[in-house]
Amino acid sequence: MLLEYAAIATMILVTALVAVIAVVLGSLFGPKRPHARKLLPYESGMTPIGPGTRRVPVRFYLIAVLFILFDIEIIFFLPWAIAFRELGWYGFWAMVVFNIPILIGFIYEWKKGGLEWE
Amino acid sequence: MTITDFSVILPVTLLTAWASILLLAELFLPRAQRPFLALLAALGLALTLGISLAQSAQEFAPGFGGMVVRDGFSNFLNVLFLLTGLFGVALSYRYNQRAQIERGEYYPLLLFSVAGMMLMGQAADLIVVFLALELLSFPLYILSAFAYPRPQSEEAGLKYFLLGAFASGFVVYGIALTFGASGSTDLARIVASVAAGSANLPLLTAGAGLLLVGFGFKVAAVPFHMWTPDVYQGAPTSVTAFMAAGAKTAGFAALLRVFGAAFPALAADLSPLMAILAAVTMLFGNLIAVAQTDMKRMLAYSSIAQAGYLLMAFAPFEIEAARTMAVAGALFYLLAYTLASFGSWGVVIALEKDLDRHLSIGDFAGLARRSPWLAAAMTVFMLSLTGLPPTLGLVGKIYLFRAVIEGGMVWLAVIGALTSVVSAFYYLRIVVNMFMREGEPAVEREWWLEFAIGAAAVVTVVVSLWPFPLFEWAEWAVMKLF
Amino acid sequence: MVPVSYYLVLSAILFSLGALGVLIRRNSLVIFMSIELMLNAANLAFVAFTRVHETFSGQIFVFFVMAVAAAEVAVGLALIVAIYRSRQSVDIDQLSSLKG
Repeated sequence: MLLEYAAIATMILVTALVAVIAVVLGSLFGPKRPHARKLLPYESGMTPIGPGTRRVPVRFYLIAVLFILFDIEIIFFLPWAIAFRELGWYGFWAMVVFNIPILIGFIYEWKKGGLEWE
Repeated sequence: MTITDFSVILPVTLLTAWASILLLAELFLPRAQRPFLALLAALGLALTLGISLAQSAQEFAPGFGGMVVRDGFSNFLNVLFLLTGLFGVALSYRYNQRAQIERGEYYPLLLFSVAGMMLMGQAADLIVVFLALELLSFPLYILSAFAYPRPQSEEAGLKYFLLGAFASGFVVYGIALTFGASGSTDLARIVASVAAGSANLPLLTAGAGLLLVGFGFKVAAVPFHMWTPDVYQGAPTSVTAFMAAGAKTAGFAALLRVFGAAFPALAADLSPLMAILAAVTMLFGNLIAVAQTDMKRMLAYSSIAQAGYLLMAFAPFEIEAARTMAVAGALFYLLAYTLASFGSWGVVIALEKDLDRHLSIGDFAGLARRSPWLAAAMTVFMLSLTGLPPTLGLVGKIYLFRAVIEGGMVWLAVIGALTSVVSAFYYLRIVVNMFMREGEPAVEREWWLEFAIGAAAVVTVVVSLWPFPLFEWAEWAVMKLF
Repeated sequence: MVPVSYYLVLSAILFSLGALGVLIRRNSLVIFMSIELMLNAANLAFVAFTRVHETFSGQIFVFFVMAVAAAEVAVGLALIVAIYRSRQSVDIDQLSSLKG
């Protein structure tokens, strides 16, 4: 039974090995010319401003939560879409009913200003 | 898919739709029209109550392939939950204005919670039990924190949320084990598989135990009660009143449905456990309540103690005759408890002037002179919670004790009677304060609140004088359950 | 082929870890994550049992648990953010204004 995992284990080993080899070779043979600017954290070439542990605006949290709520309905959509033809009109109307509360939630969120960035 | 399917869930559907419309109405109504929402919410609850009552004459009917059911049990509870909702609206209306928490989401959330409770009464499948549990709990978490940014309310909300979610984790895992043991989440099929001997009994017992832990949290049974005093104290009082009556009743609805109908095979294992749980809850709740001086905390411990009396209904499950009587007794007691609980919280709301300073027992001094009717009503509720005549509480307790004795557990009935005597000490202390002590309590005069308190008091006294129709209704409600 | 019992043992371990986390940790966000771990342990048990019984109702239950967990995240995070704004901390030991 454990033999079935042999392929996965081999893959994990090989990937780990490749990564280690690449890093080790680079540090052994690569040229080292340290420079203040090179040692800074990489931010797409810009000079970093402030510490990295800056607070993120709470807006992001709101967007994330709204995203989760509307994202999770997909798990009900996907099986429905796969069995769409077999379910027929009954399945269609069931899904319409399923969507009404989500629509109400969406209108609520919109009117309350949850989607406004500024 | 037939008409019956829809007629079974018609009350719940109507209430959910009404709550959704209310949520939208709030967005489009100008601020000055907010009080209108309370009226609309009450109208929706009354309409649903009418439909539920009209349906109560109809036959037992399963719906949606046995996921939900309409029977006497669900009808009784639907009526009880809708009354809870109406009381909740009446108690909140002016209080929320005073407390400046009149946010538009209040009434939709309240209605959603009532819908969840009703679904709980109608659930015939563990999936629906779980969904109903969450539908009734989430609005309550939000409502507990509704007085934000008041720190106590926020704290109550977070505590209730964390422990409630913890409890629902137990419920879900319990359902998973039950499903594993019997191969189904349908209560009727679980019973059938146990009867056929194909179920894995140790696994089923483990699942039932986890479900018991989860529901124990919801009904605030010892040792799963630690959230209760903090949450009851910190939440806005109007929410506490609704939560104390509604959430507890719904938790017992789930316990009665799941343990009453689905686990007769486990009764021998579970009923001694339930008896001990009931005894510990009664003892602990009553003894701690004696030491309280804060009114809200005292009522919180009193509600823990009341959960103990209700848990007695699960003790005599081994004996068939006593079982029916015990469950009917529990339903009857739930009604008595709902009325007395709402009434006493209503009086607390009437007296609560300063929302940041909590009401203490001493604040009741002199209420009899200031407002005799309010004091009389409070006396009725305290008598009912103690179990003294002439109130529904006494009738309910007699009913429960008789079932327990018939089930052969005399010791439990003795503990129940003794703890009732202990409870008389702290309940009657309030009555003494109201009538014998001098004081100048500040009373808020609010028509809806006074109407609700008065109705609860009158029903508690009048029905206790002639309780037989209510008995019959409760007994009829559990007839089809077994 | 892995025996189903392996999955059940794993789910029991995950559930216990979650329950322990709730009881031991003091940060309300971590407690919340532990609760999610408990729910997902139950999901694993559902899927494993579905394999045993060869019915679909267990898998369908997983959908519901996931949807409910998402709603729980929305409510719980909102509460935690509100608490953090007013006291700059999410440590539950600091939530002690309610005492009898």
